[in-house]
Amino acid sequence: MARSIVSEIKRDHIHKLIADGKRVDGRAWDQVREISVQTNVVETAEGSSRVRIGNTEVIVGVKMTVGEPFSDTPNKGVLSTNAELIPMASPNFESGPPDADSIELARVVDRGIRESQMIDLEKLCIEPGKKVWINFVDIYVLDFDGNLFDACNLGAVAALKSAVVPAKANGLGDDYPMPITCTPISVTSVQIENSILVDPTLDEEKVAAARLTVTTDDNGDLRAMQKGLSGALTLDQVNTAIETSRRLGIEIRKLIG
Amino acid sequence: MGGNSDMKLIDENGIRIDGRKVDELRPMKIEAGVLKSADGSAYVEIGKNKVLAAVYGPRECHPRHMQNPAKAIVQCKYNMISFSVSDRKRPGPDRRSVEISKLISEAMEYVVFTENYPRTSIDVYIEVLQANAGTRCAGLTAASVALADAGIPMKDIIPAVAVGKVNDQVVLDLNKEEDNYGQADLPIAILPRTGEVLLMQMDGHLTQEEFDKGLEMGVKACNEIYELQKDALRRRYAVVNGETDEESKEADEDVTEEA
Repeated sequence: MARSIVSEIKRDHIHKLIADGKRVDGRAWDQVREISVQTNVVETAEGSSRVRIGNTEVIVGVKMTVGEPFSDTPNKGVLSTNAELIPMASPNFESGPPDADSIELARVVDRGIRESQMIDLEKLCIEPGKKVWINFVDIYVLDFDGNLFDACNLGAVAALKSAVVPAKANGLGDDYPMPITCTPISVTSVQIENSILVDPTLDEEKVAAARLTVTTDDNGDLRAMQKGLSGALTLDQVNTAIETSRRLGIEIRKLIG
Repeated sequence: MGGNSDMKLIDENGIRIDGRKVDELRPMKIEAGVLKSADGSAYVEIGKNKVLAAVYGPRECHPRHMQNPAKAIVQCKYNMISFSVSDRKRPGPDRRSVEISKLISEAMEYVVFTENYPRTSIDVYIEVLQANAGTRCAGLTAASVALADAGIPMKDIIPAVAVGKVNDQVVLDLNKEEDNYGQADLPIAILPRTGEVLLMQMDGHLTQEEFDKGLEMGVKACNEIYELQKDALRRRYAVVNGETDEESKEADEDVTEEA
């Protein structure tokens, strides 16, 4: 998604600014854009959110149905995360089945949620081996200006936290809130000209050599990571990205309680 | 259409389950210019429907064999997001959305001055965020505001609304229950200035008299929606004017002080 063409003049401009320790929109290297989070935006979903990071915007919905568990986890609910890069969001997105970019995006978001054990999936078991709750987390990108990983992570986590298990409509007693144990937050950094920049805009993503997404939990422990793009990172840069993710994660986590 | 259902959807006083009269629209909100990446965009809420539309173009036409050397083509994609309905819809197009996309593309192609942009495509994306009957009309209503927001020369903006029959009465703008258990559904789009019909579908059962009555209601409602569409565009561009006014006022004050 980020690999579209950039004009040389724009590339030079970004590089020159970085050499002076500056960014196109005037932010510090470790400053995220303004974030807004709205929840319960779609009544037909069990939980939903609309998240903006700068000019990037996503909408996320959680739908729950009763279904069969996987045979290796008979007493656990099922989580399925899907991301759609719809053509509404960017002149470079095309309709059709999910491509590699949207599959990577969905899987990184899924890992943060799954590996942090954010959802207590055992509490989503109805009848071991037979009936469990199936959670579909569907992410739609509405407006694309870089850093989809963090926007989608935040959207998915906020939507899950707002979700109510529709037990009553399924004849399974009273509705209850989604069993949540923690709040995994991802922070993505890119490397341009040997500098690390957090929360890249689309233009920054286009000229970046490498990308690292780091998802931390409430204790600041690491829960998921993904290095992307064809450049290389030094170990120092990796550690800077991790430290930054942990530090900024605390502030971002406060936005969704 | 549920056919002849016993379900009582209109009471003795002619009031519907959501409190409306038979010829009353659901509360409607239109906003223009809501997305940054798109060339034009609009958001429409009507009752519990929430619909977003975005326009890109005129731009290079893909696939190329679709290019028309004499004019632009309008390619609309109508889509319902997976959690917009009560049972999760699998992402991707189905037969219903392909048909709706085709009808909306055709309606919009009529109002756009396509001959100005040979070989190009004007791409219109409609995403239904929350559905409650009448999404194709809300989609077309939003899409034509988005086209205007994109600055594409058009003959007119298109308002659309559905009329139908519920408990043997003709009613305007069906909600989900009325759509599910009603006797007829007639979505229409009519240009207020000329009376030209750009969208018309029907299913169910209507007599000629019921059709005439429904059409009359629909035309009236299209006029109302048309005003809301124009108002949304005025608000979108009035903000810019407002700022300019403020700035010029401040500039005037500065001059006065200096004098």
